[in-house]
Amino acid sequence: MKSLRHICNIGQSLIRSSQQQRGIASLSSLPETHQMLQKTCRDFANNELVPNAGRFDREHLYPAEQIRKMGELGLMAVAVPDNLGGTGLDNLAYAIAMEEISRGCASCGVIMSVNNSLYLSPLMEFGSEKQKEDFVSPFTDGSRVGCFALSEPGNGSDAGAASTTAVLKGDKWILNGTKAWITNGYEAEAAVVLATTDKGQKHKGISAFIVPKNIAGFSLGKKEDKLGIRGSSTCQLIFEDCEIPKENLLGQIGYGFKIAMKTLDGGRIGIASQALGIAQASLELAVDYANKRLAFGKPISKLQAIQSKIADMSLQVESSRLLTWRAAWLKDHKQGYTKEAAMAKLAASETATYCAHQSLQILGGMGYVTDMPAERYYRDARITEIYEGTSEIQRLVIAGAVLKELSNS
Amino acid sequence: MARVLVGVKRVVDYAVKIRVKPDKTGVATEGIKHSMNPFDEIAVEEAVQMKEKKLASEIIAVSVGPTQSQEVIRTALAMGADRGIHVDVSGPEYDLLQPLHVSKILAKLAQEEKVDLIIVGKQAIDDDSNQTAQMTAALLDWPQGTFCSKIEKTGEGFTITREIDGGLETIKTKSPAVLSADLRLNTPRYATLPNIMATKKKPIKKVSPKDLGIDTAARIEIVSVNDPPVRQAGAILPDVDALISKLKEGGHVK
Repeated sequence: MKSLRHICNIGQSLIRSSQQQRGIASLSSLPETHQMLQKTCRDFANNELVPNAGRFDREHLYPAEQIRKMGELGLMAVAVPDNLGGTGLDNLAYAIAMEEISRGCASCGVIMSVNNSLYLSPLMEFGSEKQKEDFVSPFTDGSRVGCFALSEPGNGSDAGAASTTAVLKGDKWILNGTKAWITNGYEAEAAVVLATTDKGQKHKGISAFIVPKNIAGFSLGKKEDKLGIRGSSTCQLIFEDCEIPKENLLGQIGYGFKIAMKTLDGGRIGIASQALGIAQASLELAVDYANKRLAFGKPISKLQAIQSKIADMSLQVESSRLLTWRAAWLKDHKQGYTKEAAMAKLAASETATYCAHQSLQILGGMGYVTDMPAERYYRDARITEIYEGTSEIQRLVIAGAVLKELSNS
Repeated sequence: MARVLVGVKRVVDYAVKIRVKPDKTGVATEGIKHSMNPFDEIAVEEAVQMKEKKLASEIIAVSVGPTQSQEVIRTALAMGADRGIHVDVSGPEYDLLQPLHVSKILAKLAQEEKVDLIIVGKQAIDDDSNQTAQMTAALLDWPQGTFCSKIEKTGEGFTITREIDGGLETIKTKSPAVLSADLRLNTPRYATLPNIMATKKKPIKKVSPKDLGIDTAARIEIVSVNDPPVRQAGAILPDVDALISKLKEGGHVK
């Protein structure tokens, strides 16, 4: 029988090893590099995004100038190494930057997220040197963005059911089919596209391809009119006998599903951070308004009903942030993070919806009109529970992992 | 081309609400957000712009203070300074450090590093002393241009536009010189992420005032630090007569 002392010793050594790889509990315990970049991103968002986000939303305007400036700051290719034109920072840096940018403008956040997580990341992980040179380096400075095409009109979360096909003919792949809900679709100058190369093998018969824009057989569907994140475009990508060179296959034949799942794992850290930004903006707006708005002769922030909302909002923001940073930290330390990223994305997106809802409620009538950003936060928040895996899919992923961890045999 | 020395001070962030410590010995700094003095950011930006225009060859960022002062040096490095010097002064000695001490340190470093130009913020937002540029110039016997809103290199020296009461003053100085940056001199840039990464490769030298032969012994004693008095609530009076009688009551009119 193991003695208590023995167990204590194990405990001690666990504590020691966890101290060596200390996690991150608050912003003030972040490495200095991360604190500095957080300041850069917050200042940039306050000066360049906050004053313009309402206009991008009203006019469905793609924020080209802001995205270019974000490229100059190194935000459009955070994890790409500097020899390819990126910044060479870790996922924690990406999560922090993403939150700050989204706090200023959620549309800019998702444009940044798609380019970083869904376009550049699979190319960095699975691309050849030549592919990186052609399709990574030109997409790092904000002058052009990429997109990622997995969903179809007939399937979304069920990625294995892709009906878009790719057939090898000589030295060309011929693509046919339609991809739906593609963020950045209108502006993107290249896309990572998932297509079936062997129908019989289901998800093992899916492969990934890099498709440049402006080639024959590749057209865009109508730009979707959306509830929120209206500064970013969403549209269909339509392939009709679209020929791409044989070497545009990403990874190997049949790798597509694996590439898509790995990409989405990382993407969830980005969307969790985007959701956190919306939640944080909602909280700050609510506090500011509650301190100024008088009722019964005093600021409504003195009322317990409002304080209770503020407490619940900040509790959810802080706990989701810890989950998000933990997922980023695990990814940075090359540890499994699928479950943690799903938890972060689920918690943060529901936090965004909750906080935007409560913020609008605290603002009352002022929250419902477009003079204040509360209604925009409310509309922007909603998508974070849908794209890159719905809340229902995140629960599926989490439950799957937990059942595997905790079930005997 | 000039070597430029820029002074950067770590201060309590401008957005933080200042609180006096309960023992009235100073303001609370423990666990409170600090950042670079905003006027010093303008000074760094000006130096970096000079380097971009090939008017400066090297920018050295100097901060006098405790270990955490290296944070603002790294901010300067991320903005474009080439290297840093941290003059380590901490504890009670730092609490009582005065602009004259800092001026002596900057003057000494200027001579050691053979710089041609010193740029500092016109004042720090914590003690608002507005003395360092002036005293540094005097100690070095260099010309000074304070409250600069525009700095141009002309010939061997500088043409400087200064904001003064009632307008702008243009002066010319020779080089070397000491300049202090005013608010409208420029808009400091964001430290880009790649430049933040690059700071890891830029050196920060740590020295003590003793190494420089500067005595930083306290010249003052802080007797008490107090909050500004709270403004008294006003009252609304029914008419002018009531106002006059109130004013008479308070002894404001006879």
